[in-house]
Amino acid sequence: MSAFAVLQKDEKNRSAELTLSGEWLIKEHPDNRDGIIDEFAAPGFSRVVLNGKGITCWDSQLIAFLVRLLSLCRKNKVDYSLVDFPHGIESLLDLAFAVPERKQEDRSVQKESCLVFLGNIALHSWAATRAAYFFARRTYASFVRFLLKRAVVRKGDILSEIQDAGVKAFPIVSLICFLVGLILAFVGSIQLKMFGAQIYVSSLVAIAVTRVMGAIMGGVIMAGRTGASYAATLGSMQVNEEVDALKTMGISPFDFLVLPRVLALSLMMPLLTIYADLMGIMGGAFVGIFMLGLSPEDYFRMTLKALSMKNIIIGIVHGSVYGVIIALCGCYQGINCGRNASAVGYATTAAVVHSIVWMTVATAILTFMFSVFGV
Amino acid sequence: MAEPFLEIKDLTVAYDENVIMRDVNFTVNAQDVFVIMGASGCGKSTLLTVLTGLKRPLKGTELFDGQPFWGNNATKADRDASMRKAGILYQSGALWSSMTLAENIALPLEQYTDLTPAEIRDIVALKLDLVGLGGFQDYYPAEISGGMKKRAGLARALALDPQIVFFDEPSAGLDPISSKNLDDLILQIKENLHTTIVIVTHELPSIFAIGTNSIYLDAQTKTVIAGGNPNELLKNPPNETIEHFLTRGKK
Repeated sequence: MSAFAVLQKDEKNRSAELTLSGEWLIKEHPDNRDGIIDEFAAPGFSRVVLNGKGITCWDSQLIAFLVRLLSLCRKNKVDYSLVDFPHGIESLLDLAFAVPERKQEDRSVQKESCLVFLGNIALHSWAATRAAYFFARRTYASFVRFLLKRAVVRKGDILSEIQDAGVKAFPIVSLICFLVGLILAFVGSIQLKMFGAQIYVSSLVAIAVTRVMGAIMGGVIMAGRTGASYAATLGSMQVNEEVDALKTMGISPFDFLVLPRVLALSLMMPLLTIYADLMGIMGGAFVGIFMLGLSPEDYFRMTLKALSMKNIIIGIVHGSVYGVIIALCGCYQGINCGRNASAVGYATTAAVVHSIVWMTVATAILTFMFSVFGV
Repeated sequence: MAEPFLEIKDLTVAYDENVIMRDVNFTVNAQDVFVIMGASGCGKSTLLTVLTGLKRPLKGTELFDGQPFWGNNATKADRDASMRKAGILYQSGALWSSMTLAENIALPLEQYTDLTPAEIRDIVALKLDLVGLGGFQDYYPAEISGGMKKRAGLARALALDPQIVFFDEPSAGLDPISSKNLDDLILQIKENLHTTIVIVTHELPSIFAIGTNSIYLDAQTKTVIAGGNPNELLKNPPNETIEHFLTRGKK
């Protein structure tokens, strides 16, 4: 049995009677539900009786329908009365109408013009740039205080961050950089084989990995691993009021939280870059020796021939810059995190995305500078 | 007559253009247990962030132990100096999760005193004993219960023997017995250490048990609509809103 609603209108007396019957359950609803609501929205009557005698069972479906109808009656100044409704319904209706609906501004999204949209983007970009600038400036001021031994920072925290950003990152850096070296060697060998010049795979891998690929891969790994961790840790501290506790105690979060992380990653990234270079060369050697049939002596002789201190230093410079960028992006997102769980998620994602974007920008700038200076 | 410790005048607080409270005036006397009460969403915790220097008010002044804190050309250095006399217990305890309880309590002592490590160790042990957590020095915050976190947070707030302690909803999330124990602890601290207490709460049993003075922040008018001893307010409610709040709507 389903739910039924029958509306009978007496146009002469400008009155009506709505008779409800059947099972008014969430899974059931009368076919003419919308039609009845339309009738109540533009009523041709000034008085209505709602009769519930035929209702056999009911749940929120019935209450929601009645609330809708009675709201329309109140809005359209239609007198109404409820007759023979099951016990409990009237008290639930009283409860539903007990607190008036909050009148507030329309919060639906307003369609904005193209100019307003562009203007908002410009304003947000300007505000974000200013915030990032002040964050970097405060971190620098904290670093100066550290040099003057006036920063509130625990040596143990710095060492712990160094361990986390350094030794603990070795396994993932080893795996990824080994595979990148392997892929480079594979892809290069396909072309070089055509000219019988497989031996130059070693030079290709050595130059590519040391000049930029080692630093980039190390940077991407650290952005996803350590930068995200900084944002999540500091963001959670923000949510748990731990950052407030530091501030009210007169301890700068920049000294206590940001500086150890920036120092640790800035110190570790150059070392990780050298390690990544080494693992990349090992990956290339694996392909050269075991798949292209080169002798280990030949492979490493050619590698040493191709290696230059200039390329290694360029790679280390890239790695150092990436370290600062990743640490700043991670800490910036964490310290400026909102105060709820989803804000921590957003901060973590933003830390990784911003790190990679700024690493790319930095790579472009460094490449341009090295080319201008003929390095 | 008791000396005023906090004097708030014409304080207006806003988030961007959204005014949270306006023209708030009150005075907290030394050794008061001063309760800031009001319904959820009235801005009690926001007021606490202003009183403790975390949020700048739109206008108004605050004098902290007679010194300018907000307004009157007060600087951040003034606020930092004032906050050295204060301790804060946050709603969640806000213990630094990467440190043990002992390290949490020792940090302000290391930062602001010239005590030797042995002296700091003794003071840390004393503060933990005072809050009933003796022997928990080497525990991390994640290893203890919510009630213990609050007590450890209180031990940290008391580390520097502050003249005033701010509590943000200390009873939130605690069972009635733990909540009463915390109230007793607050009273003991007030009695024995002669500390001024400011509590943000809407827990009626706590308000009546320990409050000596109070203000009621009203969400509708966005200002203080009543003040005084909570038990007196219950006996002679100045308006219906207060009566409704203090009697849980029974009258």
